[in-house]
Amino acid sequence: MIELKNINKSFSGKQILFDINAKFEEGKVNLIIGQSGHGKSVLTKCIVGLHTPEIGEVLFDGRDFVKMDNNERKDIRKEIGMLFQGSALFDSLTVEENIMFPLQMFTEMTKEEMVDRANFCLDRVNMSGSNKLYPAECSGGMQKRVAIARAISLKPKYLFCDEPNSGLDPKTSIVIDNLIKEITYEYNMTTIVVTHDMNSVIEIGDNIIFIFNGKKWWEGSKQDILTTDNEEILNFVYASQFMKQLKGKLS
Amino acid sequence: MLKGVLSRPEKGKLFWGSLMNEIEKIGLSSVPIVAVLSVFMGAVIAMQTAANMDSPLLPAYTIGFITRQSTILEFSPTIISLILAGKVGSNIASELGTMRVTEQIDALEIMGVNPLNYLVLPKVIAAVMMFPILITISMALSLWGGWFACVQTGLSDTETYIYGIRAFFTENGVSDITYALSKTLIFAFLITTVSSFYGYYTKGGALDVGKSSTKAVVQSTIVVLIANLLITQLFLI
Repeated sequence: MIELKNINKSFSGKQILFDINAKFEEGKVNLIIGQSGHGKSVLTKCIVGLHTPEIGEVLFDGRDFVKMDNNERKDIRKEIGMLFQGSALFDSLTVEENIMFPLQMFTEMTKEEMVDRANFCLDRVNMSGSNKLYPAECSGGMQKRVAIARAISLKPKYLFCDEPNSGLDPKTSIVIDNLIKEITYEYNMTTIVVTHDMNSVIEIGDNIIFIFNGKKWWEGSKQDILTTDNEEILNFVYASQFMKQLKGKLS
Repeated sequence: MLKGVLSRPEKGKLFWGSLMNEIEKIGLSSVPIVAVLSVFMGAVIAMQTAANMDSPLLPAYTIGFITRQSTILEFSPTIISLILAGKVGSNIASELGTMRVTEQIDALEIMGVNPLNYLVLPKVIAAVMMFPILITISMALSLWGGWFACVQTGLSDTETYIYGIRAFFTENGVSDITYALSKTLIFAFLITTVSSFYGYYTKGGALDVGKSSTKAVVQSTIVVLIANLLITQLFLI
C-alpha cells in the first residue's frame, strides 16, 4: 500500500500541490485523474521521488520515502516499475536488452535465466518473438507493451503508469488498460495510473482520485464517478459532446 | 554533478560494456577525421614554413623543425582537441539531451540506477584514454604530411626534413610530448564533462536538444582555449 500524507509542493514560490492525503491499496488499480496542468504529474513525480515535497510523507508500506537516504531509496526503487507516457525505452538497446536491463543491474541471474525471464515478460504482454527489434522498429502500442514488460521484469510491488494511453488508438488503449489491470491482479501490485482518458476510468478504475487546482477534490470508484453531483467532476467527465449525449440517453 | 559521475559503478560488467562502446564511439570513430586533418595540416605547416623562409641564414632543416614544434606543441593537442570538442561534444550533448527529453534518464533514476555514473563516467574515461592515442596518431600523421608535401613540391628532401624533425629532440622534444599529452588529458576531461553537463540538464523538447548541443560545443571550445592558455603559462613559461 502507498499512503500520502499532507503532500505540499511548490516551484519558484508557486504552490502546485496543497495538502494531498490519499491511500492506494494493493491489488487495485488506483487512478489519479484531472485536467492538464492541475498537478497530476507533479504528484506522481513526488511519489516516485523525482520531486521532493516540501511538506508531507510518502509511505511505501509504512516506509517514508521522503525521509530516506539514497541507499534506502534505492531499495524501494527496485520494487517500483514505471510505464512512462512516451515509453522511455532505451533507444540503443533491443527489446530483449531493454527488458533484461533491470535484471542485469540488480540481480545475479545468468544470461540464460535473464533471457528466459525476458521471454516470459514478452509473452505476458503478447510480444513473443520481438526480442531482437529496436524500439524505433516498434509501433506506439508495441513500445507501451515492451515498457510494461520491462516494468514487470523485476516483479515489482508497485507499478506507476503515466498516461499509458496517450497517442494510442481506442482499441490499442483498451489492450493496454486490460494488460495493466490483469498484471495488477495477477501480481497483487499497488498500481497507480495517471490519466485523463475517461475510457480508462470506466475500464480499470478501482479507486479514483480527482485532482483539481492542486487539491484532492474527490475520491471514489468508477461507479461513484457516474453518479456524483460534484460540479468539477461532472465538467471533467462530461466535457465532450459525446459524453453529454451518452449521459442524456442513460438518464 | 561530478560527485555522481565519479562514484563507483554499480555493475562492473555493464560498466565495461558501456566503456567499450564509448571507446568505439569517441575514439575509434574519430580516427578518420583526425587522420585527414593531421595530414593536410602537417602539409600546410611545412609548405607555409618553407614559403616564409626568406633568409639564407636559416638552415634548410628549419622546415622539419618548425613542423615538429608546431605539431607537437599546439596543432595536435589543441587544434585536434577543438575539432574533437565539436564532434564528440555535440554527440554527447545530443545523446544525453535526447535521453532526458524522452524520459530515459528519469526511467534510469526510478529504477534506482545512478544515471550520471552509468551514462557519463564511461564517456569521461573513454575520452581520457583515447584522446592521447588520437593525438599521438595526429602527431605522426602531421609530420608525415609535412614530409610528403615537402618532397612532392621539391621544397626539401627527405634527409633534410628528417634531420629537422630530429633536431634538438633530446633537449626539449621529450618534455614537449609529455606536455602535449598531459594537456590532452585535461582537454578530454573538460570536453566530456562540459558537454555532458549541457546534455544531461536539457529541459524541453527537440529544439532544446539542438540548443544544448550548440552550447556544449561553444562552451567546450572556450574552456579548452582558456585551459590551454593557463597550461602554457604554467608549464612552458
